[in-house]
Amino acid sequence: MQTQSCDQSGQFLMLALADEIFALDATLIREILDPAPVAEVPGARPFLRGVINVRGKVVPIADLRVRFGMNATAFSPDTRFVVLEITLAGEPVTVAIIADKVHDVTGLSLDSMSKAPPIGMRWEPEFIMGIGKWRDDFIIIPDLENVFN
Amino acid sequence: MIDPAEVFLQEAAELLEQLEQALLDLEKSPSNNGLINTAFRALHTLKGSGAMFGFERVASFVHDFETAFDQVRKGHASSSRDLIAIALMAQDHIRTLIERPNDADTSVGESILTNLREVLDSSSSRPGGEPKSGRINSDIRNGFDEGKPAASGKTTWHLQFRFDEKVLINGTNPLLLLDELRELGECGVCAITDAVPLLQDLKADVCYLSFDVMLTTEQDRSTIEDVFIFVADNMELSIELVQQIAGTSSFATVPPIDSPNGEQILAETGVASQVVVTKSQQQELRQDQKPAVEAVGDQRGADTAAVGRKDTTVRVPAERVDELMDRVGELVIAQARLSQLAEKSRDLDMKAVAEEIQRLSSGLRDVTMGIRMLPISALFGRFRRLVHDLSRELGKPLELSTAGEETELDKTMIDRLADPLVHLIRNAVDHGLENPAQRAAAGKPPTGHLKLIARHSGAEVLILVSDDGQGLNTAKIRTKAEAQGLISPGQQMSDFEINQLIFHAGLSTTSEVTKFSGRGVGMDVVKRDIEAMRGAIDLFSTPGKGTEITLRLPLTLAIIEGLLIRVGAGRYIVPLSLVEECVELSAADDVRSKGRNFLNIRGELVPFMRLRELFEAKTPADLHQKVVIVSAGEQRIGLVVDQIIGNHQTVIKTLSKLHSEVTSFSGATILGDGSVALILDIPHLVDLGAKDEKNQKNKGKEAA
Repeated sequence: MQTQSCDQSGQFLMLALADEIFALDATLIREILDPAPVAEVPGARPFLRGVINVRGKVVPIADLRVRFGMNATAFSPDTRFVVLEITLAGEPVTVAIIADKVHDVTGLSLDSMSKAPPIGMRWEPEFIMGIGKWRDDFIIIPDLENVFN
Repeated sequence: MIDPAEVFLQEAAELLEQLEQALLDLEKSPSNNGLINTAFRALHTLKGSGAMFGFERVASFVHDFETAFDQVRKGHASSSRDLIAIALMAQDHIRTLIERPNDADTSVGESILTNLREVLDSSSSRPGGEPKSGRINSDIRNGFDEGKPAASGKTTWHLQFRFDEKVLINGTNPLLLLDELRELGECGVCAITDAVPLLQDLKADVCYLSFDVMLTTEQDRSTIEDVFIFVADNMELSIELVQQIAGTSSFATVPPIDSPNGEQILAETGVASQVVVTKSQQQELRQDQKPAVEAVGDQRGADTAAVGRKDTTVRVPAERVDELMDRVGELVIAQARLSQLAEKSRDLDMKAVAEEIQRLSSGLRDVTMGIRMLPISALFGRFRRLVHDLSRELGKPLELSTAGEETELDKTMIDRLADPLVHLIRNAVDHGLENPAQRAAAGKPPTGHLKLIARHSGAEVLILVSDDGQGLNTAKIRTKAEAQGLISPGQQMSDFEINQLIFHAGLSTTSEVTKFSGRGVGMDVVKRDIEAMRGAIDLFSTPGKGTEITLRLPLTLAIIEGLLIRVGAGRYIVPLSLVEECVELSAADDVRSKGRNFLNIRGELVPFMRLRELFEAKTPADLHQKVVIVSAGEQRIGLVVDQIIGNHQTVIKTLSKLHSEVTSFSGATILGDGSVALILDIPHLVDLGAKDEKNQKNKGKEAA
């Protein structure tokens, strides 16, 4: 589902990671939780270093800030865990991500979106599906399949 | 709605299993009529249901098979080894016909039947051979059906049956059934019309009639029951022995001696006029027939018991049981949480309720686990056939003995154990056991012995596979391992250690690959499979005496007893079955261990690793560190932890595949406070620790 191409419009959840705004396809969102205790998983990849309990299920929690090389700050009152169901290699996988702040769900016209420019970016281009504009800010639509692989 | 064909497939699989067991048992005791009948009944039911569900080829093949096999049942032929072998082939063919009809070759079926007939003819025409017609025949009669009186002759049966209302819609024609009954012997039929409604209420497709039949026949009860085989589930049928008339063919209608009710029915339906036996005669009869009547009584008692048993078995799809287990798992977690709250509270009522719920949920957990448990006989049964085939194919006479078949194991485990055990048995027969000549040379009896034993040991189930063959060829394994570079030439190793190398991928000691084993993929796969079930595998081999392999398995895959520990800020579970003891890390050991990580446990040196270092804990270490001593394979390892919290009922949750690269944890669980604790995978953790140590040593060398 998250491989939805860039030429349609859809509902997106806006969330803040460090000083950037990311947009996630709203159909992937399962729930948004207040921060819960995270159990560390020693030996896991740095951005996937924890698991949380989501209604009796053990779900990995990803810190995309680490993945995107941004500054990871301590949890604030605005911090939320966003639980997503994504498809990896054809199988559904439940994963939570840490958001510094969750804004709202907005309809985005994807016409205004462009592919990630090959230069002028501090992130690896394959992590990014597109870049768009929302309320005068640039927003990033991550390619979750690549991010988690 | 369940697919009827699916139901048939399930039923057929069970019937084929029954048939196979009966045939294999028959090989040991060829004149056991109970077994012959079991086999025959399985065939008969297969034929019937096969035809009913449109498996025409199955039905027709089984019919021919049954016809041939009937000679054995009737005592015209004996169940020789050859016959059993062919019967087993036929059974395989039926399985193919059912499961993969497209692969089944009609010519195979025909050749099997031809062989079958040849074997039967030769066995029945053997001059002065088996005492077939005399002894076996009467045995069959005696043993065949307890409902049949000992002496031969004609018997009168009183049948009462009422069909389900919908039986006509299902396509059954009661008249044909009555015709079939008439073919069995002299038959008086009375239709009971009480239930027929007034004309305006009459529905054309409803069967209102019930029947009362007096049947005098030479046939036995099961033959009569067979008439109703396809409608048995949709009708009420009672068959009662009325009287046995030795040597007479006259038609006698006698009400059931011990059933005043029967008399009443007969009177009501007008049959009473036919009753020719007076009360006093009945009295006499009662005296004469006492043994027979008792026999009938017993039989009826047994029937009721059988029906009772049937009713208490419920077929449930495995997924539903799994779901139930999941729910119970969550209940156990919630209950742990409640207990924790109750402990903090001062409310006595609340404490009482929490305790009650704890008791109930642990009961519920045990019951649910019990539902998933199956006796291991389900698994062992399959191997008898395997051993039989291997023995014939390899020309090694072989006896399989099993023990502890009643040992129960989680169903998933039973399913997953089948492949590894097949490997082990094949290996034992192919490599382990010598051929008769070699055995004779070694002074052993010609028949090899293979043992399969299951038993409980604490929270584990042990499965032993042992043979009395030649044992492992340690020198050969060594050469091979050296050739493959697994060990360096001349490396100091005990025989035991060398033998363990056969679990290494790519090491097989037979020079040539046979159909059964020798591809070198067996043992490492076995080990991996067993470890994936959180089990362990031990191997002991004595040259010339045999090999013994022990599989150690947890009782279930869903819930384990765990020891909850804390390392830094994280909490972890150590499977309690692996924990040997817990000791305190003395300050002296702690300081000294900077150089070498060994503990002295009652004179034995036990290496230990610090989980804090392995898990890169950032919080300051506790003052008094503890050591949990666990067994990892053959060795004991100490794990240094910050705190030992206590026992914990651990409901195992798998880790996400995003964490598949993390090998030191086998899963996770949810604690009473809702947080997550990871379950340590001890063997992998030990490997990881060893690698870590090596890296540090290398670093040390580089620095120097």
